[in-house]
Amino acid sequence: MSQLSERNAHAYWRKNKALIVKLGVIWAAVSYGCGILFVEQLNQVQIGGYKLGFWFAQQGSIYTFIALVFYYARAMAKLDKLFGVEEQE
Amino acid sequence: MDLALTTYVVVGLTFALYLGIAVWARAGSTKEFYVAGGGVHPVANGMATAADWMSAASFIGMAGLIAFMGYGGSVFLMGWTGGYVILAMLLAPYLRKYGKFTVPEFIGDRFYSDTARIVAVICLIICSVTYVIGQMKGIGVAFSRFLETDYETGLYTGMVIVFFYAVLGGMKGITYTQIAQYCVLILAYTIPAIFISLQLTGNPIPQLGLGSTLSGSDTFLLDKLDETVQLLGFAEYTTHARLSTLNMVAFTASLMIGTAGLPHVIIRFFTVPKVKDARSSAGWALVFIAILYTTAPAVAGMARLNIMQTLEPAPGEYLRIDERPAWFRNWEATGLLAIEDKNSDGLIQYSADPATNELVKLDRDILVLANPEIAQLPNWVIALVAAGGLAAALSTAAGLLLAISSAISHDLLKSTLLPNISEKTELNASRGAMALAILGAGYLGLHPPGFAAGTVALAFGLAASSIFPALMMGIFSQRVTREGAITGMLVGIGLTLFYVFQHKGIMFVADWRYLDHLPENWFFGIEPNAFGVVGALLNFIVAWLVSHLSAPPPQRVQELVENIRVPLGSGVAHVHH
Repeated sequence: MSQLSERNAHAYWRKNKALIVKLGVIWAAVSYGCGILFVEQLNQVQIGGYKLGFWFAQQGSIYTFIALVFYYARAMAKLDKLFGVEEQE
Repeated sequence: MDLALTTYVVVGLTFALYLGIAVWARAGSTKEFYVAGGGVHPVANGMATAADWMSAASFIGMAGLIAFMGYGGSVFLMGWTGGYVILAMLLAPYLRKYGKFTVPEFIGDRFYSDTARIVAVICLIICSVTYVIGQMKGIGVAFSRFLETDYETGLYTGMVIVFFYAVLGGMKGITYTQIAQYCVLILAYTIPAIFISLQLTGNPIPQLGLGSTLSGSDTFLLDKLDETVQLLGFAEYTTHARLSTLNMVAFTASLMIGTAGLPHVIIRFFTVPKVKDARSSAGWALVFIAILYTTAPAVAGMARLNIMQTLEPAPGEYLRIDERPAWFRNWEATGLLAIEDKNSDGLIQYSADPATNELVKLDRDILVLANPEIAQLPNWVIALVAAGGLAAALSTAAGLLLAISSAISHDLLKSTLLPNISEKTELNASRGAMALAILGAGYLGLHPPGFAAGTVALAFGLAASSIFPALMMGIFSQRVTREGAITGMLVGIGLTLFYVFQHKGIMFVADWRYLDHLPENWFFGIEPNAFGVVGALLNFIVAWLVSHLSAPPPQRVQELVENIRVPLGSGVAHVHH
């Protein structure tokens, strides 16, 4: 098991942070954006009995959160392998 | 079988199950007591985390609040789920890599200071005790209905059971019991929701039912609800915001950040085998939580509609007092529901105007428990809901008490004040701490500062303003120093407590408040429950400023931070001697 070089560790951390920022933007967009700030505009659109803004606030944001967490877990598992920092079995 | 007997049988059976598991998995060593030996599968851990997480506030309280707040209640839905995204990306994997088993331990090591550790213990105790008060409110409501007594007696009974239950097992007992509790509570929540959704809309999936048309008509359920509430003078259900847009944002943010800062949730991620599992475990926890959280808005909307239609079957046609249904009388016995025939016409007029409204008391926390009775579902469903509510409250209370007791016995006694005590004494001290916490929270639960979910929201604000910023900065910055972290935590929690006590009373005793609980006194119109995010921002700013004025952390701490950022080389959670 070779020691992770400092440069590599920094590159790994930068990639992790970039991913966090990217997913964080989506996280904020569905909750604070669609669910609160732009709720009135979105409420003009109706899906079945749901006004779209209301749907995001009470349903849609939660489904998106689940997708974000699993996407992050998968993307990080790949990144761990790429940089050779995954845990040993 | 009549309802009372069915309830005893169902609640009794589920209790026997939990206690059986707790005895079977009874913890032997301190390590097992706290973290179950570090070998819990991510899906199992996710399920246990969900049970730990979903408390009386989620199960009993939340749908009731949403039912009466409408769209404004979305802050709870988004806030209490969105926090898991932050937790999974910003905290869980790194804290798992660090591999200790309490949150103050990490803070003490990262900020190379016993003072930081003690400050973290104090913050942890303040948030957790506030949280337990909310649980006690929920337990009190559930037991008062179930035993057909008043709220106080229900609360005392609940305290005894929580004590017995939490002291018996440690984390291991709790992990497996909590999986059983999750199953009970999720069935208890979804089965009545499915029944009611079928009754009202013909669609068995509540999440879809809420967006469907009412059976036998082409009016959408939500449109009908909007129309019905507005007729009585209430605000439109699907659009009425909680106070203001700024307040909605602040409330949601406080709950999200608080979720990621609550120690009893964080320690769950110390029990998975690997860093990789900590990430996916957060996802599984969120899946199991989302089953309840996406059902809750349907329960809320449908229950509100059912109540309105019970009280006023057609416009202008009111429910006669002597014909009121049995559930009405049952809940009146607990003191949580009350009517007053102001105009002595023998009818119940429900309206938004306090002068003419005759449904003078309707505690929001009874809605979920009363819901199956209101919808006239079979007795076994009603009994199951009682069992589910108790499961939710008990599992969370137990998890919180474990976090409190481990902070006191492990972080305060063993590591700083009395380093030489034996494992056995440490275990006993931790049990004593649990007992004290139950008594304190039970006493404060006699006069809770709000409905279960509102009280719990305060706990989140406190966690958001103190623990979360310290943890996040400890991982994401190498520059934040001991001085910065300590002043940040103290300023964050101090300001939040000051603001909450100002409006809610010192230690939530209403007579001891120094400013009236009136919106005019609120800072930018932000209500006390939503103030945590302001405290958190201040914590970040103060910590950053003070850190740049003090000497940088020692080299070994900077190396520790580098180390926790990569998964390679993690071991199971271990005890320091």
